[in-house]
Amino acid sequence: MFLYLLRRVIYTLPIMLGVAFLCFLLVHISPGDPLVSILPPDASIELQRQLMTLYGFDRSYFEQFVSWIWRALQGDLGTSIATGRPVADEVFRAVGNTLMLAGVATLIGFFFGSLFGFVAGYFRDSWVDRAASALSVLGVSVPHYWLGMVLVIIFSSWLMILPATGAGPGGSGAWVWDWAHVQYLILPAVTMSVIPMGIIARTVRALVADILAQEFVVGLKAKGMTDVGIFLHVVKNAAPTALAVMGLQLGYLLGGSILIETVFSWPGTGFLLNSAIFQRDLPLLQGTILVLAMFFVLLNLLVDVLQTTLDPRIQRS
Amino acid sequence: MDISSKPRQVHPPLIDIRDRGGPAQPMLRVRKLFKHFDLKKSFIESLAGGGQVVRAVDGVDFDVFKGETLGVVGESGCGKSTTARLLMHLIEPSGGEIIFDGETVGTPGLSLREYRRQVQLVFQDSYSSLNPRLTIEDSVAFGPQVHGVSRREAIGRARDLLARVGLEPRRFAERYPHELSGGQRQRVNIARALALEPRLVILDEAVSALDKSVEAQVLNLLMDLKDAFGLTYIFISHDLHVVRYISDRVMVMYLGKVAETGPAEDLFERPLHPYTGALLSSMPSMDPDQRTQEAPLTGDPPNPINPPSGCRFHTRCPMAEPVCAEQTPTLASVRGQRKVACLIHEIGSGHSQADAAIYAA
Amino acid sequence: MSATTLSFDAKAQKAAADAVEAAFERSTGFWSGVLRKLARDPVALVSAGVILLLILMAIFAPWIVPSDPYKTSMINRLKPIGTEHFPLGTDELGRDMLSRLMVGARLSLFMGITPVLIAFLIGSAIGILAGFAGGWLNTIIMRSIDVLYAFPSVLLAIALSGALGAGIGNALLSLTIVFIPPIARVAESVTTQVRGRDFVEAARASGAGGFTIVRVHVLGNVLGPIFVYATSLIAVSMILASGLSFLGLGVRPPEPEWGLMLNTLRTAIYSQPWIAALPGVMIFITSISFNLLSDSLRSAMDVKN
Repeated sequence: MFLYLLRRVIYTLPIMLGVAFLCFLLVHISPGDPLVSILPPDASIELQRQLMTLYGFDRSYFEQFVSWIWRALQGDLGTSIATGRPVADEVFRAVGNTLMLAGVATLIGFFFGSLFGFVAGYFRDSWVDRAASALSVLGVSVPHYWLGMVLVIIFSSWLMILPATGAGPGGSGAWVWDWAHVQYLILPAVTMSVIPMGIIARTVRALVADILAQEFVVGLKAKGMTDVGIFLHVVKNAAPTALAVMGLQLGYLLGGSILIETVFSWPGTGFLLNSAIFQRDLPLLQGTILVLAMFFVLLNLLVDVLQTTLDPRIQRS
Repeated sequence: MDISSKPRQVHPPLIDIRDRGGPAQPMLRVRKLFKHFDLKKSFIESLAGGGQVVRAVDGVDFDVFKGETLGVVGESGCGKSTTARLLMHLIEPSGGEIIFDGETVGTPGLSLREYRRQVQLVFQDSYSSLNPRLTIEDSVAFGPQVHGVSRREAIGRARDLLARVGLEPRRFAERYPHELSGGQRQRVNIARALALEPRLVILDEAVSALDKSVEAQVLNLLMDLKDAFGLTYIFISHDLHVVRYISDRVMVMYLGKVAETGPAEDLFERPLHPYTGALLSSMPSMDPDQRTQEAPLTGDPPNPINPPSGCRFHTRCPMAEPVCAEQTPTLASVRGQRKVACLIHEIGSGHSQADAAIYAA
Repeated sequence: MSATTLSFDAKAQKAAADAVEAAFERSTGFWSGVLRKLARDPVALVSAGVILLLILMAIFAPWIVPSDPYKTSMINRLKPIGTEHFPLGTDELGRDMLSRLMVGARLSLFMGITPVLIAFLIGSAIGILAGFAGGWLNTIIMRSIDVLYAFPSVLLAIALSGALGAGIGNALLSLTIVFIPPIARVAESVTTQVRGRDFVEAARASGAGGFTIVRVHVLGNVLGPIFVYATSLIAVSMILASGLSFLGLGVRPPEPEWGLMLNTLRTAIYSQPWIAALPGVMIFITSISFNLLSDSLRSAMDVKN
């Protein structure tokens, strides 16, 4: 098992390098000169040269890649073309907000998804099962950015009980866990939770149905075990996979939050990406995507490692 | 000599123009053929030390004579099927030589493509060996088309062959494999192998998966076809009764090595290698007077990853002595056409029964 | 990366592998059996009917629209649903919503389905090559695919089209790149499965070259299951494609496209909320129909039922 874990970690390194390379390429597949957006139209050739050297665009691709990676490893993701501030600062400020939103959304999605999935799997082929299955199909089919708009229409425009956009009263103050702030979190988090909810419900339903169909459960029933006892057995057997799915979904939400953050003007990485794209701020775009993708790769690794330690059946040598 | 005991016709009906060396030249000579599979290992494991190899086939020598049926027997995992695939070059040998009718297979020599036209293989699993998306006539006609025969002609040949193996073309030619029974599918596989007009056909457990009654029909079909087309067979099976019934000569394999070869009747009557003896004694007999005398084989064959030293059979052999763990026996002629790899039959080998056995022979 | 396969619905991927297995058992009978089961499944029939209607609407929209979908009118801005001449109201520039939703089906369906089709062609080619070649070529191809797989799909789509710039072509390219890895993985695994069959060995033994074997013996057995898997991606693709337009990265105004309409109507959610929500309803209906159809297809292919 130790060997498996070690191999799993080592296997992640080339993936991370590949991910970094793709992020590096992003700047180079983009058409036009990235400096155009900040240069005045009448900029002298002298000034253009200076900025080229400053951002390193005058060196060979390989040199640029190596020095970019080297600086990224030291926490330097370059300088935002639009604001002139370090990309790393901007990204990490935004990551905190996105992580909070995605984390709360995952918890909501996991709780209700497991509940629906469990009930559906336990009472397989009953009306409860069909209703839960229908709900999970709705969950994976709904365009979540539209769902966000609909929730704003209902709760902000119509009922006027929850704020529509932003992350707290009075602009960008520090986050506090009080109602004044939390009410801003509710709509985006609920919208976002729909994505993992459907998938977790499907997974849990299949898991529970599988486990109940296995012979050891029949054996437990025959031995006279109570329903509660069987319930605990099922939970214990379903937990590793369900947790793994939850972990991966958190990763997806981190990367997929851009649409929802745009709808709710939530100041996270999605919002940052959006402004980077429209101001053609390529270093910022590159840095944000690198951080999010690395998060996802590491989360994947973490989930695999946890699953291996939790599940005694996985004896990968 | 009792003529009735050999009902089969031994001579091919026509002289084959492809026959280069004449009847005295063996169809196939196999020399020191071996295949070692590297066990999959990761980067880290390879840092920890050298990888392990499976010695699936470990230096095998044998000849197949023209017009004969060579039976190959042994427990599962002894390297029979690997040998078949090596002979077809479906897996690349790690070393050794295959000489087909006097020509070495591979460049320079007989090209693989030309060789595969003359040597064909029939697989055990009749299901997996037919493409479910092709009609059986298309499956049979595929080989000739690969070798440049027009589609029309190939289909014609396929239909002739289907009729020859007992499948009425008008009823069967356009059916799909799942619409046939196991025995019928195996007939299709035989027709497919014959479509390239091979001279040597390797039958790898070709009847093992069939019901006993169907098995007998297919065996008879195989013997008819052999006479009609002047074929040579290598017949691989774990079923000793069937091998005895169909073979002219038999080769016994154990853990990737040849234990013993000889004419079928003689070998079954007087096994020389203790392993052959043990195999035969595990064979149920029809005659209650012929009760099993020798100790049957117990346990599984050892792991081919780390085969036993010396004679590979010494861990299970009832006659094993300390010398057997140290000295590797060589496959040598004993008398007539018999060859055996056992220290008991090697002069001066150091085995206590060696000289007695040789004088008795 | 074992756990990553959960990203594009591992069940669908497993179904593709099972389909190869099942097709071996029943061959041509298998697919006709699947069709028969689908014909008896009311959910499949309804969703297939809805998809057919949407496609017909997209094709014939220019000839059947009640008004000009491009004609703006300052006095008719944001008329409510049920206004005379405007059964579904008007948008923020006074254009007829019904006409725009109908014509919008063209670009929306095109943007959703095309990437999956192109990715099906490219991903199948890559996966079949990797699966059939095996060895180091397989390792190189599949490890490169793993790198693309290491991005969440939404992030990859937005990163690519954000870097490439807005526009239909760039959005299609980005989405295609997003869907190649999952399809290539499925293609690789079903091809590896088929390659292990004895009939492929038998074809090699008869002297056939790799290209002939793939053409005659592999394609027919793997394309069906890969295609079925690809159809399960259309719903995701619809949502992503409209999402790109919603962000302003796909279709550009004044072309009608549901995602873009949702974006431009965001300003109207306080004055005409139901009109603002309409384009999303269309996206929802389309993606749910594709999801239900592919679910039905999957359970029709499930041999255990």
